[in-house]
Amino acid sequence: MQERVKGPKYNIIGTRPIRPDGVDKVTGRAKFGADHRVAGQLIGKVLRSPHPHARIRSIDVSAALKLPGVKAVVTRDDFKDQASEFVPAGEMLINYRDVVRNIMAREKALFEGHPVAAVAATTDAIARAALKLIKVDYEILPHVIDPVEAMKPDAPLLDEEMFTAGVTPPPTKPSNVAKRVEFTLGDVDKGFKDAEVVIEREFNTKPVHQGYIEPHACVASVSEDGSAELWTTTQGHWIVRAHCARLLGWDITKLRVTSSEIGGGFGGKTVVYLEPVALALSKKAHRPVKMVMSREEVFRASGPTSGANVRVKIGARKDGRIVAAEAVLKFQAGCFQGSPVQPACMCAFAPYDLENVKVVGYDILSNRPKVAAYRAPGGPIAEYAVESVVDELAETLKIDPIELRLKNAAKEGTKAAYGPKFGPVGLIQCLEAAKESAHWKAPLGKNQGRGVAAGFWFNIGGETTVNLQLNEDGTVTLMAGTPDIGGLRASLAMMAAEELKIPYEKVRPIIADTASLGYNFLTGGSRSTFSSGMATVEAARSIIKQACGRAAKLWEIPEEAVTFEDGMFRPAGENAGKFQPMSLADIAKVAGKTGGSIVGVGAISAQGAAPSFGVHIADTEVDPETGKVSVVRYTAIQDAGRAIHPSYVEGQFQGGAAQGIGWALNEEYIYGPDGKLQNPGFLDYRIPVASDLPMIDTIIVEVPNPRHPYGVRGIGETPICPPMAAINNAVRKAIGIRMFELPLSPPKVLKAIKSAKKA
Amino acid sequence: MAKHHVSAIVNNDPVEFLCDTEQTLLDCLRDELNLTGSKEGCGSGDCGACSVLLDGRLVCSCLVLGVEANGKNIETIEGMATGDKLHPLQQKFLEHAALQCGICTPGVLVAAKALLAKNPNPTETETRYWLAGNLCRCTGYDKIIRAVLDAAAEMRKGA
Repeated sequence: MQERVKGPKYNIIGTRPIRPDGVDKVTGRAKFGADHRVAGQLIGKVLRSPHPHARIRSIDVSAALKLPGVKAVVTRDDFKDQASEFVPAGEMLINYRDVVRNIMAREKALFEGHPVAAVAATTDAIARAALKLIKVDYEILPHVIDPVEAMKPDAPLLDEEMFTAGVTPPPTKPSNVAKRVEFTLGDVDKGFKDAEVVIEREFNTKPVHQGYIEPHACVASVSEDGSAELWTTTQGHWIVRAHCARLLGWDITKLRVTSSEIGGGFGGKTVVYLEPVALALSKKAHRPVKMVMSREEVFRASGPTSGANVRVKIGARKDGRIVAAEAVLKFQAGCFQGSPVQPACMCAFAPYDLENVKVVGYDILSNRPKVAAYRAPGGPIAEYAVESVVDELAETLKIDPIELRLKNAAKEGTKAAYGPKFGPVGLIQCLEAAKESAHWKAPLGKNQGRGVAAGFWFNIGGETTVNLQLNEDGTVTLMAGTPDIGGLRASLAMMAAEELKIPYEKVRPIIADTASLGYNFLTGGSRSTFSSGMATVEAARSIIKQACGRAAKLWEIPEEAVTFEDGMFRPAGENAGKFQPMSLADIAKVAGKTGGSIVGVGAISAQGAAPSFGVHIADTEVDPETGKVSVVRYTAIQDAGRAIHPSYVEGQFQGGAAQGIGWALNEEYIYGPDGKLQNPGFLDYRIPVASDLPMIDTIIVEVPNPRHPYGVRGIGETPICPPMAAINNAVRKAIGIRMFELPLSPPKVLKAIKSAKKA
Repeated sequence: MAKHHVSAIVNNDPVEFLCDTEQTLLDCLRDELNLTGSKEGCGSGDCGACSVLLDGRLVCSCLVLGVEANGKNIETIEGMATGDKLHPLQQKFLEHAALQCGICTPGVLVAAKALLAKNPNPTETETRYWLAGNLCRCTGYDKIIRAVLDAAAEMRKGA
């Protein structure tokens, strides 16, 4: 643990205070999605399609409605159809035409688990009994699960009106390929001609789930005048409000959304599933409706991320300089278009300063749940493939893999293949830190291998509002609107306290509801500490300015003649020393007599988000008898810009690494030939447990982001990008065989070891 | 069918509640007794978010029926602190930033308390295996393990 990352330039930034919401979370007091209940609430349950692909001829709910205790049933008929229009949602785009079909099947059920109807009843048991009374007449259709199969011309079509976008000439026949995207820089053909070594490899990955421990849950209450309250576990309650108002045709102001404490999201809680259904049920039933997904529903019907097929070709000169890079990425979108293939294409080669790049991506439909964002959506898949080929290149050229990356590393001024020129970035510093680390120099044991990989994520800013109230005793209430999943309230309180020169404990941060604060885009894109931090600083500076004005008023001097230093307001210039200095608390006490309450608002669209690069080192040990891969040592190194609260920065590095280790070694969606998911539970979909992992060492590199008042970069997503390649490269060193498919599960690794022995 | 009448001790308080035959202890704690600190992450005993102590034994309360609690002594996360004083495990979890979203935290704390009652000086490996039934998706377990080992050391000093 680095005690303090930088020297004590600041009083509070860079220290490790206890988070304000901590005590509630260690005592069981914190209220998560399913912990809320209201008087008179009904229980809502969803009927889901048992078929992966079926036309819905009719739905008969009459018997369910007759069951005593059933208060409402909704189906596709309760949601108006929506025009096709793409709108931004986090780092992905959504289309309301698809969203309305995803929350409730319309013409067809498109995956096993697709909602077909929902019931609200007085008890859980009655709601479940009512689901069994709903008669759905299905015409079962052939299904397709594998994306490469889905691309074939004779594959079953999910959307008969889908013509691939982005190809010329436009196709004349519909297909499951929603779009083709392409990013190019320079001339790859020329680049490959100049190459002395060319390596081309193909990789496959499986869909993996975000795996948040808290299932989706909400409570909706619609009153007779059409105003509604919604309590939900979400990464963005303003987004939930927008989606629900749109899907239900309501005025936005009628809907007040409160975000509960959120039990993990990782991108998966940026979309709506239960919320519009619960609201529709509540409106019909005239009672509050609570809905909670089971774990099985979470796996079957909430978004995993894409599985993919990726081909990467890299050409280099013998000195290790990369002269051309090409990739083709085929991504599963699930049953509606909108996989993260575009960001995947954009970040595939982002760690490198290259002249000739071509990346092509395909967004492919199949009969699976629609994918949702998952931590750096698309990035980990593309970077797994690219970083595995870069490793093979280093091996072929007999160059140290860190040195090879240093020779090609992106730096300030590098033009990324996806367009922009990088400002100050910390990849070289991370690589140097990796090279100097004790881990990189440590000896390895028997059957062990060490791998390294780089990672990159863009990070975003966007609309953000923070409200700071100076209370009459000089304490400060901070209202933010980006749900706090991993320590945000601590970081925001620290920035407010640093600006206002008051103790951290004097700031009480809360996450406000949508009726209490201006608009906030969601917690995603590693934006919350960056954007809400920026808005907090703006709000705090506004409080200082107002306080200067109040002091000036009391002293009857011009506002400009008041200074704020070391936490005290003082008369300056010719008035210096004429009046007793005042603290913020002194001014707060007399605020009522000097003009009323002092409130600072930071309402911004945060610009200047900066990318974060990272480098991970993994040591793996492979059991030659079973093929089991164990991670025995791990170090995550990353540029944080500035670590506001280093413990929570380390926590992001460690958590992202652990998720990546699960992706690399265990996790995958397994479908049978019947198109049904076979492992919808934590027993068979095995995320890493404590005994699977070593301690995860961290090194925080700080290359400040010049566009943020404290130099902050988003840091939450980059840590999931390097692990799969770092582990793949480590396994290669441990067993002498390079693998091309995830997860590196024991049967697969054992088979590779055995066939290598035979050969 | 008529509900069952259950009497038990929960966090040193006598409680009574009515429950259906199939109702789990977790649902009884949450829905009948309003003790929502124990969480349901899976309902199948795989995630440990619902961990409680039943007559001192660590169980997943989603795998125990409410009726089985009759006459038993149950300890949940809500009973871990004493007045204003947090249990050393709770305090160390805060100091080590051993939680991010916090949904798994109650279960992890209850499980860790059971570990330290059995083994006041566990090794890192023993701690990792004991907590292998408590899933955490946020932290990578590093800070959790450190917090438990630190709390154990402090409790040994105090003992």
